[in-house]
Amino acid sequence: MNGTLKEEGKMTQDSEARLHVVAARRWRIAIWLSVFMLAAYYGFILLVAFNKPLLSSILIDNVATAGGKAAPGLSLGILLGALVIVFAWVLTLIYVYWANTKYDHEIHELEHLRG
Amino acid sequence: MGTGTNYTAIAFFFLFVSATLVITYWAAKRTKTTEQFYAAGRTITGFQNGLALAGDYMSAASFLGIAGLVALNGFDGLIYSTGWLVGWPIILFLIAEPLRNLGKYTFTDVVAYRLQQKPVRIAAAIGTLAVVLTYLIAQMVGSGTLIHLLFGVPYVYSVIIVGVVMMTYVLFGGMIATTWVQIIKACLLLGGATAMALLVLSKFGFNPVNLFAQAAQSGCDPNAASGSQFFCYGQKVLEPGTKVVTGAWDAVSLGLALMFGTAGLPHILMRFYTVPNAKAARLSVMWATVWIGGFYLITFILGFGAMVLVGQKGILAAGGGGNMAAPLLAQAVAGNVFFGFICAVAFATILAVVAGLTLAGAGALSHDLWVNVVRGGHAPQHEQMVAARSAAVILGVCAVILGIIFQGQNVAYMVGLTFSIAASANFPALVMSVFWKRFTTWGAVTSILFGTFATLLLLYLGPTIQIDLLFGKAGDVITPALAAKVAGISGLETVTAGAKLTAEHLAAYGTWLGSQWWYFPLKNPCLFTMTGAFLVGIVVSLLFSERTALEGFIEVERRALLGEPKGAAAK
Repeated sequence: MNGTLKEEGKMTQDSEARLHVVAARRWRIAIWLSVFMLAAYYGFILLVAFNKPLLSSILIDNVATAGGKAAPGLSLGILLGALVIVFAWVLTLIYVYWANTKYDHEIHELEHLRG
Repeated sequence: MGTGTNYTAIAFFFLFVSATLVITYWAAKRTKTTEQFYAAGRTITGFQNGLALAGDYMSAASFLGIAGLVALNGFDGLIYSTGWLVGWPIILFLIAEPLRNLGKYTFTDVVAYRLQQKPVRIAAAIGTLAVVLTYLIAQMVGSGTLIHLLFGVPYVYSVIIVGVVMMTYVLFGGMIATTWVQIIKACLLLGGATAMALLVLSKFGFNPVNLFAQAAQSGCDPNAASGSQFFCYGQKVLEPGTKVVTGAWDAVSLGLALMFGTAGLPHILMRFYTVPNAKAARLSVMWATVWIGGFYLITFILGFGAMVLVGQKGILAAGGGGNMAAPLLAQAVAGNVFFGFICAVAFATILAVVAGLTLAGAGALSHDLWVNVVRGGHAPQHEQMVAARSAAVILGVCAVILGIIFQGQNVAYMVGLTFSIAASANFPALVMSVFWKRFTTWGAVTSILFGTFATLLLLYLGPTIQIDLLFGKAGDVITPALAAKVAGISGLETVTAGAKLTAEHLAAYGTWLGSQWWYFPLKNPCLFTMTGAFLVGIVVSLLFSERTALEGFIEVERRALLGEPKGAAAK
């Protein structure tokens, strides 16, 4: 009887330690992904604020238009703005994929700690 | 437009309201407990909640506002689109799952979890109500003006209609009805906007680059009368301009408000309690991010489409400061029936967002203040329901009255203010309560109050109020009060009652303001108020440590990951 209790106690301690490892990893990943998102968005905003000429550079020029004249069709600014949105999607999918496959599994194994 | 009654739009709108009222009737039978009233019985799936979150977030301000901003300024609208989206991944990584695991009905549940209930709940309710009321004013005034433009209904009537229909949803159907109204509206909005974007792109070989090039072509007359021709404006529409972002620090500050404000909006945070568990909360943010990002990309096409197909002159002539760009584009690409449909969708959008806000405000008033502060957390179920519904009525009536009081005022700044308060008052306290062991009751209280009142004060002392609201813009007729107010300021000698303000007057007044010690030069104070709120919370917490809060952190850490204890499933 005593032995089982001790063993259970030890198991709980191990699980506690594992929970801390899982938690530390979860927040590390969350913080890195947040930093990437911040960096991408702030990179864009700071370019808007401090380097307008760079964002104004034309990537696709001489597009035929209905007016008969050729005109620039795409600036770096528009492309980067759209890419920030796409980047947000990519980070979101990376996190959800990781959480659904790895993290949920680990948390599920520690369910007994819920008490 | 703007004159006469738009019968197609009214027909579509009645269809929407009838359908949603049927849903409300169905939901009312399922709304007996507070868990159903505030959290839809936690039965909404991740996918459904993702749509509802998108519905809550895609307000008329972003649908009509961004399309108008892009149509009139080109590239600059993209700053708002990206800023409003990037807040979502942050919510996903840091907020959604702990929030779902730690709370019950409001985000205050999380902040107050291991702290002293009463002071924290009072402070957080102030933060919540400040956000809810400023956003309600922006939505109500916007709705009154828009509905007048879209349907030809007088302003006061439209504000009252919005108030009554919205209260019907909230009072009888609670969160269940509000969620389904949001889902329907999100589908209509996404569907309508996508169809419109495809119609626009069909005129340009389904290549956005051709559309941009048409706008960027130079040499044709942008003031020509509306007709079969395309309008064009020159290369500047593809480049960053000066209208949205006036200075570098303003850009940084606005970026912070847009990004972190989303993570502090009470009506958004409340949605995470409608799903059964943390995984569903995670999936709901994923779907919301997909829909909202797609929607903003589409809105960008719509903005350029309106610029080229309707013309800036036509958009401005329709009134509403650019807000009519999207509806006018609908008319240009597919005629009056589609125009009516888009107008009705815009109305439905306002209605749904206002309902979500009212429910969040009711949560703060009844769950946080009445049940947990006044009644110390022990109120019988039926009393909680009476409190919740009374709070919804109080907020609904407030919304209508505020809408009428602010009639005709320029309230565009209110949306920015809302995001600023949310980022400064709610977001820091929420983050520190989940992640920082040493956070204390008084740290939370001072941080929230600082965030709320510093934002209001700095906005008042900043250019938005001091120049745009209290002085005016070039071309405004000068009132005797203004002439008396600025008498004696150098460069403003020619400001006399009855004359018009000029750009020189504005410049001189700006110089004078700049020399005043109290003047705050940024339009958006978030850079100072959000960092300030973090600092205040940290310093106060370190100065006065709180043992129970420290000991409670182990529980917070564990529950943020694992969820509520099995035996005590929140009821």
